[in-house]
Amino acid sequence: MLNKTIKQLADGLASGEFSSTELTQDYLAKIKSEDAKYNAFITVTDEHALAAAKTADERRAAGKAEVLTGVPIAIKDIFCTQGVKTSCGSKMLDNFIAPYESTATQKLSDAGMVSLGKTNLDEFAMGSSTESSFYGPTRNPWNLDTVPGGSSGGSAVAVAAGMAPVALGTDTGGSIRQPAAFCGITGLKPTYGRVSRWGMIAYGSSLDQGGPMAQTAEDAALILNTIAGFDPKDSTSMDKPVEDYTAQLNAPLTGLKIGLPKEYFGSGLSDGIRNAVIDAVKQFEKLGATVKEISLPRTELSIPAYYIIAPAEASTNLSRFDGVRYGYRCEDPKDLEDMYTRTRSEGFGTEVKRRIMVGTYALSAGYYDAYYRKAQQLRRMIKQDFVTALADVDVIMGPTTPSTAWNIGAKNQDPVAMYLEDIYTLSVNLAGLPGMSLPCGFHDGLPVGLQVIGNYFSEAKLLNIGHQFQTATDWHTKKPNA
Amino acid sequence: MQWETVIGLEIHVQLSTRTKIFSGSSTAFGAEPNTQANAVDLALPGILPVFNEQALAKAVAFGLAIDAEIGKQSFFERKNYFYPDLPKGYQTTQLEAPIVGRGHVDVLLDNGESKRVRIHHAHLEEDAGKSLHEDFHGMSGIDLNRAGTPLIEIVTEPDIRSAAEAVAFAKKLHTIVTAIGICDGEMSQGSMRFDVNVSVRPKGSETLGTRTETKNLNSFKFMEEAIHLEVERQIDILEDGGSIIQETRLYNGDTKTARSMRSKEEANDYRYFPCPDLLPVVIDESYIDAIRDTLPELPDAKVSRFIRDYDLTDYDANVLSASQAMADFFEGVAKSGGDAKLAANWCMGEFSKYLNQNNLEIEANPITPENLGQLIARIKDNTISGKIAKTVFQAMTDGEGTPDQIIEAKGLKQVTDTGAIEAMVDEVIAANLDQFEEMKAGKDKLMGFFVGQVMKISKGQANPGQVNQIIQSKLKG
Amino acid sequence: MSLDRSQVETVARLARLKVDESEMADYLSSLSSILDLVDQLQAVDTTDVEPLANPLDASQRLRADVVTEENNREALQANAPLAEKGLFLVPKVIE
Repeated sequence: MLNKTIKQLADGLASGEFSSTELTQDYLAKIKSEDAKYNAFITVTDEHALAAAKTADERRAAGKAEVLTGVPIAIKDIFCTQGVKTSCGSKMLDNFIAPYESTATQKLSDAGMVSLGKTNLDEFAMGSSTESSFYGPTRNPWNLDTVPGGSSGGSAVAVAAGMAPVALGTDTGGSIRQPAAFCGITGLKPTYGRVSRWGMIAYGSSLDQGGPMAQTAEDAALILNTIAGFDPKDSTSMDKPVEDYTAQLNAPLTGLKIGLPKEYFGSGLSDGIRNAVIDAVKQFEKLGATVKEISLPRTELSIPAYYIIAPAEASTNLSRFDGVRYGYRCEDPKDLEDMYTRTRSEGFGTEVKRRIMVGTYALSAGYYDAYYRKAQQLRRMIKQDFVTALADVDVIMGPTTPSTAWNIGAKNQDPVAMYLEDIYTLSVNLAGLPGMSLPCGFHDGLPVGLQVIGNYFSEAKLLNIGHQFQTATDWHTKKPNA
Repeated sequence: MQWETVIGLEIHVQLSTRTKIFSGSSTAFGAEPNTQANAVDLALPGILPVFNEQALAKAVAFGLAIDAEIGKQSFFERKNYFYPDLPKGYQTTQLEAPIVGRGHVDVLLDNGESKRVRIHHAHLEEDAGKSLHEDFHGMSGIDLNRAGTPLIEIVTEPDIRSAAEAVAFAKKLHTIVTAIGICDGEMSQGSMRFDVNVSVRPKGSETLGTRTETKNLNSFKFMEEAIHLEVERQIDILEDGGSIIQETRLYNGDTKTARSMRSKEEANDYRYFPCPDLLPVVIDESYIDAIRDTLPELPDAKVSRFIRDYDLTDYDANVLSASQAMADFFEGVAKSGGDAKLAANWCMGEFSKYLNQNNLEIEANPITPENLGQLIARIKDNTISGKIAKTVFQAMTDGEGTPDQIIEAKGLKQVTDTGAIEAMVDEVIAANLDQFEEMKAGKDKLMGFFVGQVMKISKGQANPGQVNQIIQSKLKG
Repeated sequence: MSLDRSQVETVARLARLKVDESEMADYLSSLSSILDLVDQLQAVDTTDVEPLANPLDASQRLRADVVTEENNREALQANAPLAEKGLFLVPKVIE
């Protein structure tokens, strides 16, 4: 059962081949036996999962099942889940039992999906390697010495290692696409505003977006069908009807216009990745697409813009962690100031503190115009570059990352080196566009991701492209043997 | 040296919405601690704000009431600082593009002059919770019921020149916000709170002196006291050759003293920036017009109408329109009594005195405008005198019935029968023949004595005019 | 741009973080190199460009003024480090 896509699992459940309870037990057993190797899960919710599976089986017996009823899923531990520890990978929330449910996970549970547990992530989603978690690093199943990418590394590994058939992640600067690329799975960051942020612990509020991390584009479409939609509790969620993202999966790609930004194929890109991506593009040409070179001239500037905007927003989003109402509080504070300072210094890890300080600096008196305001102006210019490019082509393709997974510990002492690895993903968040990473080959035994960037609310088109590619190739079916 | 006081006010007005500015929690006053503080108000991780339409409507209504520009593209910023009653570690407020721009409020001063106080702007923001300092093992308790209550903060230009002007302005503002129904005006519950910025400068100087800010004054009286105290303190310092330190001060109304708030002394850097969880608030002319259509008559328009339609003095018109309830009551009395001047005198006189002495709100008092109007009608048609009317009024407050019922039951009807009055006059003259002769000889001021004596034996019921007339005729006869 | 010790201390103080002596060198160098990285944007001419706060340039929706929240104090205070009589307790607040 364990190597099936969620489409296949849904079919098996519908035909009575197996029950959700059996399926859930198998996945829980697999997590139990294998996760010690990977550290993909922070919390495994056995009891909740089995209860949900039982309910799902009853619902199916009563003829009220939906497509995904009874299918297990893993949830990045950044989504608040009622009655379950929601840590965000931080000591600050190690004791936090969320008293409410995020909209995205509520929708999954309403559809009858079974949550297996909460997956590891960089602390407060700040990182590209899942090394900064309070719960220790997660390991990449393709090579246990390498990182799985981040921040949704736990979700990526859960899927890649077959401990969950699908997972939910979040993406602020590449946190779905980059770990998907590093782990050889399919990850989709939807258009900003497509999936509700209610209950998703904020990192960079104007950049954060939840989305599926799956074995196939078809699976990602099934999950997006469930979680997308307007939410009156999120002012930034868009009041726009949701399409059926599976409806166009089989549409032919004849006439598809693909743009290849020359800036995505520059000197920083590893040859192995370049070759895999070029081969993938050739595959699309075989499928009827036409290709042209385009320019996204401010690609490099997305790094400084992002590393001002995201830390600035984060620095104030994280002010609520003060030891007053929930979460960690230091021992025996001698006064109020001591409580604040020690609670926050002891509760946050180094990278989080670093980003809070950068963001605080960028917003402070005398620097606001030179940093935050300037970065937001640049952001508009970056968006405009995409708008111009997408007037001419249907989608933009390129590598998801400049290199494959690096070794654990290789970059976590050098934040700037780590930040530079986000070069191809950051601008998509700054512009608020949808972006997807598809497995498209290997370099030195490690997976390579192809990034596909579409226009606003063009998720159906992206998933169609992904599904057609996966119908013609088998990169997505490769499994690690770790 | 002669000193001039310069005052600017910042007024926090709680908007009378049912729910908070960014959450669906109730704003009702007086609930058990933290029972009206939900996940949003507590700033749980992952929560998001959604803006309350009534907070917007009420802020726009205020802007229209002070003839201000309305911000068609306003937005919210985060003001970052740590405080236990501020759950998110930032206050959501407006700095760069507030909802209400420049406007003005005209205030009638005690000397009869009208003064215009310019409003710099008014912005929307959320209130903080409360820190309770009773002893919890040496700790403070935090109640977040108030956190997220919608406020407008109204900021004046430094146009005010005395404590009395500040109070007159504050009262006028109270009249406006209650008249247009955006605030319940309950000062004791903190619905209106004042921060006063005070500086002094040599009379004639054009430059502003260093100012201090005394925060969180929640009554007109405290505001007046705090200003007096601060002006004196500053003048003393300057006259001793010292200089004023710019600081935030706290006034204690019980001890009538003020002190510097040391915790606020540290230079703050609030790191304002646009709140990414909220989007720009965009409104158009038609929205503004719709709000304008819902506005009741504004206090200044009411004053003008009272002067015009009821022939009241400027002063009377201002007093009667200071609260919506009093204005409505007065108009009811004037209508049913048929005499606006008498209605005004009674509303401001006996009726107000009665309310004050019994600490009653108009809404809760037993006298209806119709009843007071009937009383006035009986004065006008000479059924009773003004003096007897006070007796009737007393009985009305005791719930003894309508004026007509009381007059009937107590037999207070004025005696207008000429024969009966003449008999009483004769009786008084007979008992005081000497004085009557003196009066006849020209000692006019004895007239009062005779009228008084007749009124006395008539138990106040004789018509004083008739008594006077009959005595006059006796003098001639 | 490199930060000096007092700038790091000021920023840490604003953020209610404490930088220990043992961490200072690391913060000084990593924050300085991050600022060098982000300072690249100073070279860009952004004259007359409107800042982009929301990627979709959307405007704020309004919520009806209707009470939707019930008292949920018990559940919400279950996570509190210290609470008594319905209040969150903190070291004495001195104004």
